[in-house]
Amino acid sequence: MQDLIWLIPALPLAGFAFLVFFGKRLGEPAAGWLATAAVGGSFLATVGVFLSLRGEAEADRQYTQTLFEWLPVGGLQVDMGFLVDPLSISMALFVTGIATLIHLYSIGYMHGDPKFSKFFVYLNLFVFSMLMLVLGDNLLVTFLGWEGVGACSYLLISFWHDSEANASAGKKAFVTNRIGDFGFMVAMFFTFSALGTISYTGIVDASPSLSTTTATVIAVMLFIGACGKSAQLPLFVWLPDAMAGPTPVSALIHAATMVTGGVYLLARMNPVIAEAATWIPWMIAIVGAITALVAATIAVAQNDIKKVLAYSTVSQLGYMFLAIGSGAYVAAVFHMITHAFFKALLFLGSGSVIHGMHGEQDMRRMGALRKLMPITGVTFIIGWLAIAGIPPFAGFWSKDEILLFTFAKSPILWAMGFVTAILTAFYMSRQVFMVFFGEPKWDRPLAEAAPELAAEREASGVHEGHGVGPSGQIHPHESSWTMTLPLVVLAFCAAVAGGLNIPIWDATKHLEHWLYPVIQFDEADLSVATGTKVGLALLAIVGAASGLLLAVLVYLKRRLDVAHKVEQPLFAKGWYYDSAIASFMGGPGRKAFDAVARFDKHIVDGAVNAVASGVGQGSAKGRLIQTGYVRNYALAMALGVVVITALLLSKAVF
Amino acid sequence: MVEWFVFLVGGAVCVAGAIGVIASKNSVHSALSLVGTLFGIAVLFVAQDAEFLAAVQVIVYAGSIIVLFLFVIMRLGVDRTEEITVDPLTGQRTAGIVAGVLLFVGLGTIIALGAVTGAPSATAEVDLAVPNVEQIAREIFTDYIFAFEITSVLLIIAVVGAVSLARLRRDAFVDDVSGDDLPESDEVTA
Amino acid sequence: MIVGAVGATPYLLLSALLFSIGAAGLLIRRNALVMFMCVELMLNAVNLSFVTFARELDDLGGQVAVFFVLVVAAAEVVVGLGIIVSIFRRRPGATADDLSVLKG
Repeated sequence: MQDLIWLIPALPLAGFAFLVFFGKRLGEPAAGWLATAAVGGSFLATVGVFLSLRGEAEADRQYTQTLFEWLPVGGLQVDMGFLVDPLSISMALFVTGIATLIHLYSIGYMHGDPKFSKFFVYLNLFVFSMLMLVLGDNLLVTFLGWEGVGACSYLLISFWHDSEANASAGKKAFVTNRIGDFGFMVAMFFTFSALGTISYTGIVDASPSLSTTTATVIAVMLFIGACGKSAQLPLFVWLPDAMAGPTPVSALIHAATMVTGGVYLLARMNPVIAEAATWIPWMIAIVGAITALVAATIAVAQNDIKKVLAYSTVSQLGYMFLAIGSGAYVAAVFHMITHAFFKALLFLGSGSVIHGMHGEQDMRRMGALRKLMPITGVTFIIGWLAIAGIPPFAGFWSKDEILLFTFAKSPILWAMGFVTAILTAFYMSRQVFMVFFGEPKWDRPLAEAAPELAAEREASGVHEGHGVGPSGQIHPHESSWTMTLPLVVLAFCAAVAGGLNIPIWDATKHLEHWLYPVIQFDEADLSVATGTKVGLALLAIVGAASGLLLAVLVYLKRRLDVAHKVEQPLFAKGWYYDSAIASFMGGPGRKAFDAVARFDKHIVDGAVNAVASGVGQGSAKGRLIQTGYVRNYALAMALGVVVITALLLSKAVF
Repeated sequence: MVEWFVFLVGGAVCVAGAIGVIASKNSVHSALSLVGTLFGIAVLFVAQDAEFLAAVQVIVYAGSIIVLFLFVIMRLGVDRTEEITVDPLTGQRTAGIVAGVLLFVGLGTIIALGAVTGAPSATAEVDLAVPNVEQIAREIFTDYIFAFEITSVLLIIAVVGAVSLARLRRDAFVDDVSGDDLPESDEVTA
Repeated sequence: MIVGAVGATPYLLLSALLFSIGAAGLLIRRNALVMFMCVELMLNAVNLSFVTFARELDDLGGQVAVFFVLVVAAAEVVVGLGIIVSIFRRRPGATADDLSVLKG
């Protein structure tokens, strides 16, 4: 089974290559089935390798397979190889599994789209890149995958690029990611110069020899890279805009896989972080906590069904970073896995709702959909309960684990995480109630049903979608089996994934034991009394329940009329972060760019031009030696003779 | 002692003639000064036991070459005085004089410093008892016979060349190119 | 015969002087015929130095060389004057400065 490691990324790559050339000819839906089969095959290969890895003793749980020597350049020896150990196979498992489900879903979702096969081309390429990121055995292969997923994210966000907004969203994602890429690259360079190797096994062996300063610099640069890819505080602006892409893209890339790349990188490089200064984990934790809290506040005020989920993703990623900062690597990975399940489920569910509502995405136009879209409704509710942290669903276990470690590190950070948990429950409940419960807002014309929305749309000149019937109604319907089957599977996973690492008894801490060889360096030792653990768990449940209850009161039963206070413009506009960046870049930023451009034009180009014109002027002066008069040339010859005589004399005399 | 006297007088004549060549406004005067120089050189040849050469110098150089010069000067009418006080090319005159002076200084230094390094010949010693003509003749017709033949060919070539260069072209000849090859003087301006 | 202790150096210096005067004249004068005469002057200077060396080194080769130089000089004068004549036919009053087409 070990020899089949290369199949895992090779199958999606083959799918990509085949579809690039023959996709259009295959057409809909054969291209989709082929792509799904490719990724499905990859998933089966992953399962095979996983089972084989499980069969090994704990000390031997590491397969490597080197395909070929990639860069033998002097002291730098980089191979194209794969490292399969518990961390990477776990990630590969849920990446390929969820990707297969999403490919299946896309066959139904993208039905009728003229660029159907191109979508699957990009999706397969994305899965290949993500697998390279996860399975690579050195930083450079991971970086190859890193850049690949960034590029595919750009291609897929701006899939419907006829609209200016979609194209800009794609560009924004790419540029913001690029800032992170710079951090990754610098970290790679520093690692090589300090350790002489960039392969993970080499780094693990050599990391004790790192000086604290070097390790700190590397850790900071890696953190910048992770911030870009995983949308943490300064660089999260691209993720909400990325919702311009089709919903399967949002589910796959911006919920389950690409954005977890940053978390994976930090987990992989944990030996280096262990050698870094002690303020590094604090920085990671603080940034994670602030991101989680801020994103949750913004999510509370969003009306687009996908934007709520986007900010929710940023918030949950903040939790993962908070976990890493608190030394809880296992909890971070656990939360990554559970989050992948329920976030993908929620996104796919929202896609099903949008599909059923014929393209309407604003929640103010929805309501009471659970009777008309039963499967979507039930699965979405399961996902909701999971993310809100209601036991026994998956989200409760992973979030609780994180909060426990955070409490051990700092009660203030714990408080921030706790408030975020309450807010998470609140806004997710709000979303569920607005969409699936309450009164239907789609069986009347827009102006009657949702006056503010109608006013907004009028102001910005947006017209009703084509799904609207003659008397201003929409007729929602349940989606086809290709879309509901993945929802059911994911709902099942979201429900039971908590079983991976129930922290109460040591025997059930499967994930922790599984990941031990990889994460042993940095897992914080927890010396918290059982009483505190139970107390915190109960507090978490109470917090989640109170958030839920508050949402019930405000949005379901309409007892409390605080909706407008909660959904204030500060949150709705994302704390004006985007507009601040825009005005900075337009104002002082632009001046700086212009100054740099001027410098380049006048000084750099000027120097080169000066050399050229200097040569020209010199030769213009030199040209005057050619007077054309024979006597002048004769004079030159005579002077030459004089010089030679002088030379002879000097040789003779001296 | 006598040789010193001869050398000084001959040398003075040579130098005077040379300066006359380069400094005369009239080209006929220059030609005549050159004659003076050539005679001075001939005297110096005699002082150095090269009697045959002295005679040849006077007959060939002074007698025919200068006459040829004078023929051409008269024929072409360039005996008009030339404007030599001003040189149209700036700096040429000073630079020329400086070059000449430097050349003399350089050569003079080499001569003064260097020993004469050649070795005496084994085959062609100067024997003062034998007449100079006979000795030179012996050399030319034995050791240097090939060069002698070549120079005679050269003389013929020179004659042919001069004739063909200087003849007037007439339109009557069938194989003649129409007109001369030289462009009109007013066509070739910078 | 004439006996003296002049040695080679004065003759060589004289030869150098005549050569320099000829070179300077070549650079200074514009008239083609005068320039030609300066060339002849230089040739004579060289002849003088040949003869001087012949006497100094007791080698008759120097005098033979002068003989041949003389012949070649004669041939050269003939051809050169022929060229000058043919040029002057086209452009009476041509000087060395008239060739300036290759001005850079």
